[in-house]
Amino acid sequence: MHLAALDWGFIFEQTFAQAVALNAAVYAIAAIGLNVHFGYAGLLNFGQVGFVAMGAYGMGLTVTYWGQDNVILAVIVGMLFAAAFALILGVPTLRLRADYLAIVTIVAAEIIRLLARSTALRGITRGAEGLNEFVGPFRDLSPFDPSQTYGFGPWQYRGTQFFSILLGWAVVLLCAVLVWRLMNSPWGRVVKAIKEDEDAVSALGKNAYWYKMQALILGGVIGGFAGMVLAIGNATVQPDFFVAPLTFFFWLVLILGGVGKVWSPIVGAVLYWGLITFIRNLGRGLVDEGIIPTSVMDTSQVDQIQFWVVGISLALLMIFRPQGIFGSKEEMALDAR
Amino acid sequence: MPDSVIPSQELQGVALASTPHEVGVAKPDPILEVNHMRRTFGGLIAVDVEHLEIQRGVITGLIGPNGAGKTTFFNLLSGFDKPDTGKTKFNGTPIDGRSPHNLARLGMVRTFQLTKSLTKLSVMENMKLGAKGQGGETFWKALIPPLWKGEERAIEKRALGLLERFKLDHMKDEYAGTLSGGQRKLLEMARALMAEPDIIMLDEPMAGVNPALTQSLLGHVKDLRDQGISIVFVEHDMDVVRDISDWVVVMSEGQIIAEGPHRTITANQKVIDAYLGSHHDAPLSIEEEEKFMAEDEELWDEELEEIADVLHEIDEEKHHRNE
Repeated sequence: MHLAALDWGFIFEQTFAQAVALNAAVYAIAAIGLNVHFGYAGLLNFGQVGFVAMGAYGMGLTVTYWGQDNVILAVIVGMLFAAAFALILGVPTLRLRADYLAIVTIVAAEIIRLLARSTALRGITRGAEGLNEFVGPFRDLSPFDPSQTYGFGPWQYRGTQFFSILLGWAVVLLCAVLVWRLMNSPWGRVVKAIKEDEDAVSALGKNAYWYKMQALILGGVIGGFAGMVLAIGNATVQPDFFVAPLTFFFWLVLILGGVGKVWSPIVGAVLYWGLITFIRNLGRGLVDEGIIPTSVMDTSQVDQIQFWVVGISLALLMIFRPQGIFGSKEEMALDAR
Repeated sequence: MPDSVIPSQELQGVALASTPHEVGVAKPDPILEVNHMRRTFGGLIAVDVEHLEIQRGVITGLIGPNGAGKTTFFNLLSGFDKPDTGKTKFNGTPIDGRSPHNLARLGMVRTFQLTKSLTKLSVMENMKLGAKGQGGETFWKALIPPLWKGEERAIEKRALGLLERFKLDHMKDEYAGTLSGGQRKLLEMARALMAEPDIIMLDEPMAGVNPALTQSLLGHVKDLRDQGISIVFVEHDMDVVRDISDWVVVMSEGQIIAEGPHRTITANQKVIDAYLGSHHDAPLSIEEEEKFMAEDEELWDEELEEIADVLHEIDEEKHHRNE
């Protein structure tokens, strides 16, 4: 009964594989959007999963019903869906205090999910089964042979999977560069200033409301991209994937990396998925080898433990490094003044 | 102040020399004109101004005891609060119902009682934010740096000039949050100037500023006037009011009770009553006098302690930075 008996090779292989898999890319994109909202503009969005759903449905519905082969149109409609969602949420709330947006977003995201799976819209959204026949034109774009395996080291994927992962990380990179460019421009300066003090910005002749709206739309559309990548990777859009807790995992990813820094959501997503996978596989290994007796825990319970560990890690992070991995301590200290 | 000495500001206030010292009097060249402005909070009438004109190119001090409605009046003028009734004209154009950013663009820029330095932006970024009409602040243009780099350089140059004037240029790359209270006041004023205002409204510009800095701040305010910017400021410190205002407006319980140059104001019975209560000139007993003196001493001690605290903080900060 010792640790050497564990299949460490397998555990680490899984960890590394999951750390850069499709889910990590999707989480990274969604967290980049959230970073625009919260990290830069100070908007409390607790419904990012709603934007993800809007992007996925916008794209999926377009291919399913409208332009079978117009991939670009589908992506644009996905973006418009997310932008429209941002407008609906922003118009009534952005003139009010920050908490109103928080309340509205958390509910609105759930409304989207319930609408998508409702019987009333069954004819369009196909209810709980979701959309499953839209991925063709996207897969056609893949230069990789579906029957081949691609990659190196621990990262080995079938052609279609490889394509969607590459696509995912390409979108991550694109979004990160976009956010970096914007936040280092005068536009970003206004947005960052609004997070600090809206009145000061208004008093200098900037329309704070309009800038907040732009930031909400930008972060929302980026969230929409996360949904599109997810939909292409999984070849399906199902309403019950877009549950409220997902938003909080995006938040976790963002806080893990450090709020308000361009690269932090990406590192946060990789770490999150690496950590989760490592704990799960380690736990299973320990149970299988009998190091943890089944009287304490069995394999099926390991999946619950992984979230405990993530929660505890986050609590520890908040205590010992509240600025996240990339955040700056000096900046945090300014709050205390 | 002996009458034979003409204080410098009276020369500046020459435009108002023949203006009668009465409430609601018409000024020769008003930049701001307020009519029937009223703002109530429930049953409380916070502001009730029948008519007020603010002269262009001079320093107008707005004073009054606590709760007189000065800040509310400021908020109403600058669009941060909406009056129940009232007509306001700025440079001859009605500005009723306009939003704060709209008014700022028209040339009416204000500062706040509690400084609003954007602590997590650098001093320079704070300044650059003040500049109006920046192309780079448009989403699409922001994506293409060549469209705004030139403009940004020009703004930076102007900002640097202002920072030098306000002796903040050595701090330009620091977070604004690391500035002292007085420096933040300076920064806020400098930032407001970046917006090239016609009128600048300062809400208690000297509050919390140490006496050494007060003098230089006052100098800056006078400089602004000499450049042709109209200034309205709220202030509690009567020395400051005497030193810089060309015209003083006194508010009490939401209404304007007196107007005129400083020396006529201090002699005005209504003003004295508003500040001190109508029974203030009853003779003091010895006990009362002793009590007041003890209070004064206490205030002194508190102030000394505060200064010691600030020095300590600075020390600590230095120590912290050296680490």
